[in-house]
Amino acid sequence: MLCVDYFCTAKNGYVMVRIYQFLFIIGFLGMTSSAFAQHEGHNSEPVAHDQVSVEQSAPAEASAHEGAEAQAHSVQDTTHAKEEFKIGEMIMHHISDAHQIHLGGSLYIPLPIIILHEGHLDVFSSSNFYSVNEHGELDYHDYKGYRNHHEMIEFVGENASHDAHGHKVMDFSITKSVFGMMLVIVFMIILFRSVANKYKRNVGKAPSGFQNMIEPFILFVRDDIALPSLGKKKAAQYTPFLLTVFFFIWMCNMLGLIPFLGGFNITGTLSITLVLAAIVFIITSVSGNKHYWGHIFWPPGVPGFVKVILVPIEFMSIFIKPCVLMIRLTANITAGHIIILAFVGLALMFGQQSPVAGYGVGVGSVLFMAFMYCLELLVAFLQAYVFTLLAALYFGDATQDHHHEHEHEHEIQHAH
Amino acid sequence: MEGLLSVSVGTVFWASVAFLCVLVIMKRMAWGPIMSSLKDREEGIANALRQADLAKEEMSRLQASNEDLLREARNERDRILSEAKAMSDKMRNDAVGRSQEEANRIIAKAQAEIESQKQAAITDLKNQVADLSVQLAEVLLKDSLTEEQKQKALNHSLIKEFGAN
Repeated sequence: MLCVDYFCTAKNGYVMVRIYQFLFIIGFLGMTSSAFAQHEGHNSEPVAHDQVSVEQSAPAEASAHEGAEAQAHSVQDTTHAKEEFKIGEMIMHHISDAHQIHLGGSLYIPLPIIILHEGHLDVFSSSNFYSVNEHGELDYHDYKGYRNHHEMIEFVGENASHDAHGHKVMDFSITKSVFGMMLVIVFMIILFRSVANKYKRNVGKAPSGFQNMIEPFILFVRDDIALPSLGKKKAAQYTPFLLTVFFFIWMCNMLGLIPFLGGFNITGTLSITLVLAAIVFIITSVSGNKHYWGHIFWPPGVPGFVKVILVPIEFMSIFIKPCVLMIRLTANITAGHIIILAFVGLALMFGQQSPVAGYGVGVGSVLFMAFMYCLELLVAFLQAYVFTLLAALYFGDATQDHHHEHEHEHEIQHAH
Repeated sequence: MEGLLSVSVGTVFWASVAFLCVLVIMKRMAWGPIMSSLKDREEGIANALRQADLAKEEMSRLQASNEDLLREARNERDRILSEAKAMSDKMRNDAVGRSQEEANRIIAKAQAEIESQKQAAITDLKNQVADLSVQLAEVLLKDSLTEEQKQKALNHSLIKEFGAN
């Protein structure tokens, strides 16, 4: 019933569309990853583990200009170095979390590594793990017995051999995504502090400046997300959380779209969306009233044998709903990054065959990238909206009173 | 794909800490004041609108009562005017009537006076005539009674005259 519920509310048409889009993106992800796999399968030369053979001159969030530049570089580099360009690795490198920020060229910002290993804390700079070579690439090496194996820190012990298998350690490092998240938080606090002060100062006056820019979004979350989903009485209680989630996700998404900043993929990092979804799950479960739980464990108005089928489904839906939130956000943001990177990679791949082909494809790639960029700006907002809206709907579902439940039941029967 | 789909305990830890921090800070620092001032402003606007509506209603009410007053005043004026007119007519009529009466009375009085004067004059005249007659008679008598015959003749004529009466 709970799943069906969302299709019966006023927003359900939209949710349906989102779910189709989500399936489409998952499908797309599947296709692209299998395409990469095929591409990589053709490579006869295996590449050493700690040598990332990536075209480093193309930062993740290449702007149109940057894309063209990257393409030009690739043409030069490939003619000089004759190194195989692997698009799959390049994309994965850029969208995965990392222990340093690559601003472009040979400019890397090291981040702190914090490791909890066998009961003691090791804190050092991630620059101990690598040295930048003349191509602007990273040459990895071990430090204090730790090894950065594809951005997973392992303990291999001192003087371990090249292919030695280490064991995983508790990695509390400030990674690229964590660092980006902290940037967003600092930015949010500064921005909203000034906005809140403006509100205190501007009592009884029309909004102005940043306040004026932010206010429509605050009102949007309050009046179009919280109020319809939660009702007048409960909306005020959940609005601060919904506002925080909305602006946090939106700004994280936007930070990932700023070029030359190292291509943050904060909301495309599963660990971070997992936390957001888990908080939504906890709040939903804690605020769930007896009707909510009653509908899950003893759905009213259905025959006994249906209950046997329905109760496990309802129980699973408690966990599936936040999982869907998590996967949708990650997949949408990551897919956007992948598409843009794929266009960069396309030009680079053709450039490897011949410079003319590289430039030719590059023009089309840049145009598509510009288009995708605009789309990603929209998606950045849309995903923040969808996450917030669904969170609000889950809260509303958990807290709605008996009266509403009957209305929904009626609607469902009507729909059937 | 391995790096993309893996969940790192450290990142989860930092994300939880960071998000809960931002949630608490934003709630305290930003959403509280913002939401309350938004609410205040909305209530203020709603109040102002309500006040404006009330004022408009009051205004139309006043206008209506003004019109009533005006109409009443007009009626009053008409009434007073017509009353005054009636009064003045009446007064004029009264005055005319009274003066007529007075005139009549004066005339009647004058006539009566004239009559009485006339009577007095007549009486006076009668008296004077009588006196004169007596005096004349005296003169005549004095003269004629000196002679016997004449006295007798007179007696005769007097007796005749008075006897005839």
